[in-house]
Amino acid sequence: MFPANVSTLNTYNDLYPDWTQREVSTGTTIMAVEFEGGVVIGADSRTTTGAYIANRVTDKLTPIHERIFCCRSGSAADTQAIADAVTYQLGFHSIELDEAPLVQTAASLFREMCYRYREELMAGIIVAGWDPRRGGQVYTVPVGGMMTRQPVSVGGSGSSYIYGYVDSNYRAGMSKEECLKFTAEALALAMERDGSSGGVVRLAVISEQGVERQAILGNQLPKFSTV
Amino acid sequence: MDSHHSYSQVKGVSTGVSSLFIVSYVSSKTINKLIQVHDRIFCCIAGSLADAQAVTKMAKFQLSFHSIQMESPPLVKAAASIMRELCYNNKEELQAGFITAGWDRKKGPQIYVVSLGGMLLSQPYTIGGSGSTYIYGYVDAKFKPDMSLEEATQFSTNALALAMGRDNVSGGVVHLVVITEAEVKHVVVPGNKLPKFHDE
Repeated sequence: MFPANVSTLNTYNDLYPDWTQREVSTGTTIMAVEFEGGVVIGADSRTTTGAYIANRVTDKLTPIHERIFCCRSGSAADTQAIADAVTYQLGFHSIELDEAPLVQTAASLFREMCYRYREELMAGIIVAGWDPRRGGQVYTVPVGGMMTRQPVSVGGSGSSYIYGYVDSNYRAGMSKEECLKFTAEALALAMERDGSSGGVVRLAVISEQGVERQAILGNQLPKFSTV
Repeated sequence: MDSHHSYSQVKGVSTGVSSLFIVSYVSSKTINKLIQVHDRIFCCIAGSLADAQAVTKMAKFQLSFHSIQMESPPLVKAAASIMRELCYNNKEELQAGFITAGWDRKKGPQIYVVSLGGMLLSQPYTIGGSGSTYIYGYVDAKFKPDMSLEEATQFSTNALALAMGRDNVSGGVVHLVVITEAEVKHVVVPGNKLPKFHDE
């Protein structure tokens, strides 16, 4: 539970703040949606060490290749290390192949690593991107190392709160703008309820044309509350 | 330790104007989680069933005694306060949360949440139980104050159906209880008549 370099002395008292003894975690809400021609991915921007927000403007949407991104949740250290390793492996593979890699290949590489080292790792990752063969695709690689393709996927601690919302609001065949609105609203709802999620909403659209990124800041987030 | 943890997904919606009130719960087997503590006041339970039953039995008794002394139907807040006293004073031993909801002449339809440690809170709508986590986003987005009976029923049924679709310990039928000044109506919606969503 605690990393090796954290003191095992009993420092649970008011003299030592909570964050000196907790691992850095991207608590998080992440989401990805397929649409005709690409994918929309989104994440919140909060990284916590216990109750302290270590980074309130984190970028959890990490590029793995030109048109393949991953959304990271779980241990910040683990997911960064895995993403770096997969980026290297995929880059090498792409050069060997002399063409753009498949999203499924990237997802498989994540799955290989997450499954092989499942005892040591705490990482929930959503891999999403566009390739010429199959278009926009979303693959989810949750804790434990399973891999499956889904038209829409949510992950992270905040995702529990929006399963109902996503189930009821998702329709197949949405346009890019509809997907962006759907993702932003779902993330805003989760950030409202989950203490480990918050900050800004980061969105990205990946398609044949490339990657467009945007951020929705606090006061511009969709508002729902009536109480 | 006799501890029965069961899924209890409860929602209450109040429309002040038409004095309507809906409480719904899901019973996954044949366990009744909706307990009537007075003519127009119901308690929905979550957590350890044994603890919840003990508390509601005690509350029912105290409430009827109080009602006789006052010579009038009890306030919903009174019922909720009794639950809260019991939960707070015995917080070490108990593992149960409640939603007390009903109608009274003073304030009309009301919902009170009595949580695990004995906090009492009044809310226009609320959800609870293991399946509730999955629908926080949905109810936050969809709730509007002053809904009609039909809208509120649809809202509750949709939310419950979504939660049942995701929570493995809930399912079966949806029980709805509508409490108004005039009457208490109990509606049962079987699983196959529930709204379906895109992946079903």
